[in-house]
Amino acid sequence: MSYADHNKQFVVFELDDEEYGIDILRVKTIEKMSNITRVPKTPSYVKGVINLRGEIVPIIDLRERFNLKKKEECENTRIIIVYVDDMDVGLIVDSASKVIDINSDMIEAPPESLGSKENSNIYGIGKLDDKVITLLDVEKLLNA
Amino acid sequence: MDINQYLEIFIEEAQEHLQNLNQNLLSLESNPNDNNILNEIFRSAHTLKGMAGTMGYDSMMNLTHDMENILDAVRNGLININAGIMDVLFECLDFLEESVNYISENGKENQRSIEPLKKKLLNLLNSNSISHDSEQEKNKENDMDDFKFNQYDENLVGQAVAKGMKVFKIKIILTKDCMLKSARAFVVFKSLEKYAEIFKSSPAVEDIEDEKFDNSFKIAIVTNENKDKIKKDLESISEIEEAIVEEYTNLVSMEVATSNEIAATQEAKIEKEEQEEQEEHHAKKNKMGKTVRVDINRLDNLMNLVSELIIIKTRLEGIDSDSQNQNMSEAVEYLERITTNLHDAVMKVRMVPIERVFNRFPRMVRDLSREMDKEVNLNISGEETELDRTVIDEIGDPLIHLIRNAIDHGIENKTERANNNKKAVGNVYLRAYQDGNSVVIEVEDDGKGIDIAKVKKKAIDNRLIDKSEADGLSDKEAVELLFHPGFSTADVISDISGRGVGLDVVKTKIESLGGTVEVESFNNKGSKFMIRLPLTLAIIQALLVTIGSEKYAIPLNSIKEITSIEKDKIRNVQGQEVVLYRDSVLPIIRLADVLDVKDYAEDENELTVVIVKKGDKTSGFIVESLIGQQEIVIKSLGKYLAGIRNIAGATILGDGQVALIVDTNSMI
Repeated sequence: MSYADHNKQFVVFELDDEEYGIDILRVKTIEKMSNITRVPKTPSYVKGVINLRGEIVPIIDLRERFNLKKKEECENTRIIIVYVDDMDVGLIVDSASKVIDINSDMIEAPPESLGSKENSNIYGIGKLDDKVITLLDVEKLLNA
Repeated sequence: MDINQYLEIFIEEAQEHLQNLNQNLLSLESNPNDNNILNEIFRSAHTLKGMAGTMGYDSMMNLTHDMENILDAVRNGLININAGIMDVLFECLDFLEESVNYISENGKENQRSIEPLKKKLLNLLNSNSISHDSEQEKNKENDMDDFKFNQYDENLVGQAVAKGMKVFKIKIILTKDCMLKSARAFVVFKSLEKYAEIFKSSPAVEDIEDEKFDNSFKIAIVTNENKDKIKKDLESISEIEEAIVEEYTNLVSMEVATSNEIAATQEAKIEKEEQEEQEEHHAKKNKMGKTVRVDINRLDNLMNLVSELIIIKTRLEGIDSDSQNQNMSEAVEYLERITTNLHDAVMKVRMVPIERVFNRFPRMVRDLSREMDKEVNLNISGEETELDRTVIDEIGDPLIHLIRNAIDHGIENKTERANNNKKAVGNVYLRAYQDGNSVVIEVEDDGKGIDIAKVKKKAIDNRLIDKSEADGLSDKEAVELLFHPGFSTADVISDISGRGVGLDVVKTKIESLGGTVEVESFNNKGSKFMIRLPLTLAIIQALLVTIGSEKYAIPLNSIKEITSIEKDKIRNVQGQEVVLYRDSVLPIIRLADVLDVKDYAEDENELTVVIVKKGDKTSGFIVESLIGQQEIVIKSLGKYLAGIRNIAGATILGDGQVALIVDTNSMI
């Protein structure tokens, strides 16, 4: 079997000092923070919309989505634009810096003991060296 | 063979031909003797057959072929058009239409059997022609009369007679066991051509060559020879049972031709004019064909690019107002003119005549009126009115609903109409016209109108309102109840309408297109539904306002006026803030509240109010300050944020910021 069959690439980002990964095939671009226009009557984690090179893209604050405590944006804050179901959505994260290869053998299904609600968004747990990375299922995250 | 690349073309053209067939069959039904229509039908059917055959869609091809056989029989006068034939032909069309739709969805032909339809067609052909045959035998002499000359032929006859030649109609009957009918016919033609000119035959020469005749055919000739010689010559050919030769004399044309040559030339002139007229008619018909097919996505792309251009133009205008440079402002002005023209041009490309939608209604009305045993005339006007392609695609279903309603609920049945001193034939009017920056489509009927009392009663029964509320409603407000979800006044739920999902769906659809629906009803005179749609959807003029630190756009076409009111003039009536303005009560809506703007600081004394109209209702929207009028490009908020109330979309301002477009319709 070839190398590609065994390895999956993930964009790694941080939220509250935890590392998360998103399948690179789902990621369109990574942007710096820009002016967000608030949209009324939306859930609080929907921060609004931005102008991404002429397209209107809705932005979600992942911290709020995961019920983590709020954090002021800083120069490391990034918006990851993901592409799901014919739509672009931006995810605000603390920082995003690298792409990693994870061998599919090193991805475990999410432990059943973590049966709480937000875990349905988890695609698996990736192990790399001595680190543990939560791999998100973006499709479920956005359609929930 | 890889046919996929042709599939799209096939589908588009097939749909066009089917539409054409539908239309022409309808007109044939009302003018059964018009050969031009019949020929037109033939052309379409034939092309369709060829196309289907090329693409390998056999059942389509076979069915069209059988349809052609029927039409051929009609053309040759073997059978007469009647309602039964039309019904079967329409059934075939429906089948073909379904086939085309199936092909467009699945890329291959569906497996539905065409046998039942084929059988029906065959039955038609047999039953009708047999009765004709027996008639033919009974009255052999008369059947020469079936073989009629048209005006062109008559003219020819006239000229021939003027030269002293004779005209004969000949019927050739071949022996029953004749093997090579076309060959015999060929011999007949050859022997006659020695001294005569053949100018007409029935069936047509091509059909005779293809052996498409039973065992007799008719021809017309001009010659100097006499009747007996011709008969003798013809009957000497083997396998010919009988040749009936009749001299044709047409006194009228003879007189015209002999007495006055000027008259003849005049006649020729008229004929020429007629021909020209026909050609013109054809040219008009073909005008639609002189177009280039463009994928709608490419047009959307072009539209997007123009939108970008307009955004950058707005941005330049912003920079320009700061600078003092004369050249710069001239250039920007020029740019503005060009972008406006470009925008108009692109919009025009996307415009499609509403005929595309209206076309399918005559057929629908025909079927419905037959089904319901009501006589209904559909009067269409303004079908050349143009609308944006995206609107055209969406407007069909709401219109179907309205027309069905008009026929089902509006038009009374025949006895009721007679009792009310109305003509038995009901009328449904479908009109389209442009009115300023919008297009109006009206569906009107001359039926019984909307029964207000019944509407109120139904609304109470359906628990939409209670008794006291119902009594307080004006007629106009009561009619509005029709648009309430889950409302239907039909006593009996019929196939056609009355499932209670009609009008509210219509309303939602129209509003999603940025339009409005209004109803007018006159007891016993009929009712009228008016749909008002914006001409363009993508780029509009809007008023930019600020509320707190946020900017919002309000579509200019819904704004009636802008004014300022003093804060202490606002009164509270039953929990609704109102203000007396120009002697009428104006409800006040605070946009900051509706849109949850947090940093909104209201002025202590004067408030800026944007008065917005929706139909005949108005409301005042309080905003913080006005920025000005601007051309904006409407962008959707996308699927993720779909279905948000009060926001119609977003737009990108000159500085790259996003401003939301307020959906005033949903707030009034």
